[in-house]
Amino acid sequence: MTVGDALLPATRSSLEILLLAMADDEFVIGFGDSEWTGIAPLLEEDVAMSSLAQDELGHARALYELLASVVDDGRSADAIAYDRPPEGYYHARLLDHERGDWATAIARRYLYETADATRLEALAGSSFVPLRDLVAKIRREERYHLMHAEAWLERLAGAEGEPRERLLRAWGRLAPDAATVLGPLPGELSLEMSGIADATSAVLDARWRAAIRPMLERLRLPAPPPATEATAGRTAHSAAFRDLWSEFTAVRLSEPGATW
Amino acid sequence: MVTEPLAPPRAAGADEAAIWAALGDVHDPEIPTISIVDLGVVRSVELSAAAVRIELLPTFVGCPAIELIVAGVRDRVATLVPDRPVEVEISFAEPWTTERITPEGRDALRRSGFAPPLPASPPGAPIALTGAVPCPFCGSRRTVLENPFGPTACRSIRYCTDCRQPFEQFKTV
Repeated sequence: MTVGDALLPATRSSLEILLLAMADDEFVIGFGDSEWTGIAPLLEEDVAMSSLAQDELGHARALYELLASVVDDGRSADAIAYDRPPEGYYHARLLDHERGDWATAIARRYLYETADATRLEALAGSSFVPLRDLVAKIRREERYHLMHAEAWLERLAGAEGEPRERLLRAWGRLAPDAATVLGPLPGELSLEMSGIADATSAVLDARWRAAIRPMLERLRLPAPPPATEATAGRTAHSAAFRDLWSEFTAVRLSEPGATW
Repeated sequence: MVTEPLAPPRAAGADEAAIWAALGDVHDPEIPTISIVDLGVVRSVELSAAAVRIELLPTFVGCPAIELIVAGVRDRVATLVPDRPVEVEISFAEPWTTERITPEGRDALRRSGFAPPLPASPPGAPIALTGAVPCPFCGSRRTVLENPFGPTACRSIRYCTDCRQPFEQFKTV
């Protein structure tokens, strides 16, 4: 008897896809943000980005552990997290861009955190109790992440000259991929019908846009465009992601199966 | 004269209350000032004929100290109840929040120069950042938030404008 046994096969498979998408998103943004440790523009931001990255990797670990218990095929959370080729990862294309400058990091954090908050809210009353419990805990931490992203977006957008110009350039590159975080997932209808999530992607996308509109209007930032080729938003990863993948798998690949 | 037989190793005191008391010796290595009981990390202790079962609530999902805490719990309880397995489970069945820190724990934090958390706000509500956090060194309420993020996931950095001392505060969750 495992946690997934009470679910219909179709529901279970959709739940696995949802958990993989969430875990990979947190894992990839966590590793990406950890690259700021030591090179952020302020000492306080070295600390903040390191702490944010640590939180995201912690959330990823808990989500991979939950996924491992649902899949129940003998693979550990670490095996799921690390033992895949780059094309096997299922994170949103928004997180596929190279690290870029500080404005890019802030634009990415803002777009991701706001979409993730909408996703977590849709799971807050989930019928799948282990996920509902974990989401309740994660949301208490993510409030700090949102606050950080909003404070910096405001700061960069409100400064005339180079900060705003850099932010607008980053926004122009990232915003077209922002909708991939809440893009449609295969079998998502069964997530809604089983009460695992309270809505499907189209509704989440609308909620997210409504939530960010006031701030974007006030800061005179354009709303992210609708996703193009929405269903491919989590596949076909970039060269920048393959570089990141080489980094985060380096230790594990150097001695497969090692424990420490 | 009647010779008392030697008591079996765990005959005395191996009840749930004794286990709770023993857990008072276990600390989070990142917050060594207070025990995991005062920190509110222990959710339940269940002693049965077959095993001891202990549920822990991590302070933060990604708390890197949790494995050390689990090992500390297992070692400490095994000395008290050596005749059955000690099962330690990490649980999210209810979220650990800073409200779980006991009044004794808050006092101990303050005495070690570590400000206790503010009262928690519900998810979705704005985080209280400007509440009057008294300086743990001089008691002044004229303190400012320097960084909501600190050296570990559970700490923020504040500064006292009176005694000019930076100090850490438990991040309110």
